[in-house]
Amino acid sequence: MFSLNRIVDLIKQPVHRTEVHLRGGVHPDEHKHESTQQPIMSLPIPHQIVLPLRQHVGHLPKLLVKVGERVKKGQLLAEAEGSISAAIHATTSGTVIAVQDSLIPHPSGLPDQCIVIAADGLDEWVDLHPMDWRQQSPASLIEHLRLSGIVGMGGAAFPTQVKLRTTPKSPVHTLIVNGAECEPYITCDDMLMRERATQIIQGLAIARHIMGVENCIIGIEDNKPEALQAMTEAAAKADFAVQVKVVATMYPSGDARQLIRLLTGIEVPNDKRSTDVGLQCFNVATLLALHRYFDFGEPAVSRIVTMTGRVNEPRNYEVLFGTPMTDLIAASGGALSGVDDYIMGGPMMGFSLPSIHVPVTKASNCIIASAPDLFPPAAEAMPCIRCARCADACPVQLQPQELYWFAKSENIEKAREYHLFDCIECGCCSYVCPSNIPLVQYYRFAKSEAIAQDRAKEAANVARERNEFRLMRIDREKQERAQRHAQKALGSKDSSEQAPAAATNTEDAASKQAAIQAAIERAKAQKAQMKPKNVEDAPTQVKAEIAEIDARREQAKQAVTQSQAQPAAQQASLFDQAPASSDANSADKD
Amino acid sequence: MSRSPYVSQAPSVSNIMLKVMLALLPAIAVYVWVYGSGILLVLLLASLTALVAEALVLRIRQRPVWPFVSDCSALLTAWLLALSLPPLAPWWLVVVGTFFAIVVAKQLYGGLGYNPFNPAMVGYAVLLISFPAIMTNWPAPLSLAETSLDWTTQWNIILSGQLPAGVLPDAVSMATPLDYIKTQLKLNHSVDSILQAGQFGWFAGKGAELVAFAYLLGGAYLLHQKIITWHLPISFILGLALMAAGFHWYQPELYAGAGLHLFAGATMLGAFFILTDPVSGPTTPNGKIIFALGVAVMTYLIRTFGGYPDGVAFSVLLMNMLVPLIDAWTQPRVFGHKP
Ligand code: SF4
Ligand code: SF4
Repeated sequence: MFSLNRIVDLIKQPVHRTEVHLRGGVHPDEHKHESTQQPIMSLPIPHQIVLPLRQHVGHLPKLLVKVGERVKKGQLLAEAEGSISAAIHATTSGTVIAVQDSLIPHPSGLPDQCIVIAADGLDEWVDLHPMDWRQQSPASLIEHLRLSGIVGMGGAAFPTQVKLRTTPKSPVHTLIVNGAECEPYITCDDMLMRERATQIIQGLAIARHIMGVENCIIGIEDNKPEALQAMTEAAAKADFAVQVKVVATMYPSGDARQLIRLLTGIEVPNDKRSTDVGLQCFNVATLLALHRYFDFGEPAVSRIVTMTGRVNEPRNYEVLFGTPMTDLIAASGGALSGVDDYIMGGPMMGFSLPSIHVPVTKASNCIIASAPDLFPPAAEAMPCIRCARCADACPVQLQPQELYWFAKSENIEKAREYHLFDCIECGCCSYVCPSNIPLVQYYRFAKSEAIAQDRAKEAANVARERNEFRLMRIDREKQERAQRHAQKALGSKDSSEQAPAAATNTEDAASKQAAIQAAIERAKAQKAQMKPKNVEDAPTQVKAEIAEIDARREQAKQAVTQSQAQPAAQQASLFDQAPASSDANSADKD
Repeated sequence: MSRSPYVSQAPSVSNIMLKVMLALLPAIAVYVWVYGSGILLVLLLASLTALVAEALVLRIRQRPVWPFVSDCSALLTAWLLALSLPPLAPWWLVVVGTFFAIVVAKQLYGGLGYNPFNPAMVGYAVLLISFPAIMTNWPAPLSLAETSLDWTTQWNIILSGQLPAGVLPDAVSMATPLDYIKTQLKLNHSVDSILQAGQFGWFAGKGAELVAFAYLLGGAYLLHQKIITWHLPISFILGLALMAAGFHWYQPELYAGAGLHLFAGATMLGAFFILTDPVSGPTTPNGKIIFALGVAVMTYLIRTFGGYPDGVAFSVLLMNMLVPLIDAWTQPRVFGHKP
């Protein structure tokens, strides 16, 4: 099978094994082979497409179409608004039949605004405009990207144009390509690397050009030899240097900060972004989307989704965004008997879908059909025995048992002190806990509590600020009144002193202005002070995450109380009576 | 609904406790061989007392009884206490000690996971202070005793609390090696000559050192099974060995060497089974090392200069008090944070 050229290429471009190892981490059963037996298959065009406006982290995009309008595939339906936002495109041709709230695949289980398109089956593209990106300046390319709808495909769904933007203050010198895919069950990146390695490298070339970067390192876990080989070969053919590095299979090596450390030895400081130390990390699928956008003019309309677990034929599918999850399940031969839950994402960080009547979105990397015997409900939680297994497993070197203690006693300040906000919610701690404590849910709860507290503090500050202004005004008015009285008394004596008095008046106005300014300044300073130390420096991504967390707040609270009272009961009934049931949920949404 | 992670790969609490008990079995077997089968009755008495006491308090505290009794933590506490008592301890001593360990040291503090002190050691310390004479009266290993007792006699002694008629106390009991050295040193004998006495084996007391060796074996199993990490036992053993070796090197005729300290008394039991109690111990890796070194130093000092024959129990309890501080001081550096 090996041609000589290939071997020579492999030697020329040696694959390096990283010497750095994950601290902590766990290695659950991988269950990846089930879904890698067959090549990626395109799912047929569905009858109806439901496109949530919010498929990314950030602001809601601005709707551009009206009900009744005919749209073509790739047509812009909603444009990015604000600095962190992403556009939404029609993923096939058809007619917009509604803009309405529908259930979306989100942990909150709440409906959100969606565009519904009745597909006409023609799959007719808009006019596509490939671009000679090599001739364009990075700035104009980034501007173009706002129209691409591309977001991070690893599951985080952070708008890509934001990540590509560099500032002269923090130039990026190394691009990290995330092909680690460390979560069990998920294989969409694996299959993408096996089948479309060259296109990924072409996307990398674009990212490299935009960011003006010299070094590129691809990180792949050693449980994906086929992907590794394909990527190594593709990298060897690139007209720029790309290093492919193998990292030991260990969850969560695919976490961006962890992977950066594994590949470069650099530990991104907790209060900085990776770009502050010259690094940026992209998922392989995101790079491929860049390639399709610039080299073919195609905006983000589809992604690879792993459909696995208890279905007849686990497999990876290329799916148009907005395709009903039911189509995906049907394509894989349907669910096996006993399936009562569908998980989006992997078993470590995923969440149960509120219903199967939700669309595939940009963040849908994997759907696992789950049954009680596949992922049994957690056994009843026992008290923490302080065995520190969780601390040994934590990739961030937190002390989960202490955080648990503080979260449980709602000692949020102490939890912050023990670096609550450094927790990446990877779930390693819960995975190893002999007392079956749902630790991550406690941390989510504590985080949302912390954020709620900050908000309350901020509101109190605003109120105090207002009150200060009021008191100051009253004070000033008193003084002014007194002055006027004095002047009147003077004026009746001698009118020639009017002029100097007027002068003091203007002086007075100036000092009044200054005092107000000072008060504003003071209030601002105070506000800055009141902000939690841990959050204020957090990179935008983390902030976005925090906003996300907020939406899960009530949920976490409920889950915790539930797990305290009884082992988490399976909620099979949710799947029979879909959208309406979510109204009962009072989670506040961002 | 997010209840992730959906998977778990943890041994249950009872699983961990059972493995620790399994690791004690070799030592118990050697114990029986060396001292006779009395220890089996002591273990049984302690186990029953622990289970009854635990169930009773859980019932009174209106907590679910079965999940907590079946976690086996009370049984383990009972075993550890039983193995610390003199092998022919009267039944009421076993019952009182176990009852105290379970009810006061564990349940009154809130039960599993909440006790700041090692329950078995609390039970032991209370007995030692209240009944010093009985607690320091150790039977001789069977091979060394003038009158060896068969198992019915042993069980009778435990149940009646008295020696059978015609058996003199001196005929069956003997000072423990640590005790013996202490008294002999007072008589101005040198360590070297003391160790020539017939009751000493390769390292420490004949027989007793074999039990210690069996604890070491069990400890190796626990390490291999990743039930415990190396930090506590190895730091303790090294710390104690260094202390002993240092003093011995300084004045060999006055201070026994490392071998004796490692294989006499409760060193090995302590290293692998007592210090490693997760609930009352430290959680950070460096904290574990500090804790173990602290216990080692104190154990050596109590053994050598203090009034008690052994010091593991008191040292562990003293260090238990420092655990919150140790944990707070030894927080590991979090990813991305400056050292
Ligand atoms: S693993 Fe569970 S029982 Fe052990 S210390 Fe952590 S939280 Fe406590
Ligand atoms: S969920 Fe948080 S505390 Fe638990 S292992 Fe992951 S990072 Fe550590």
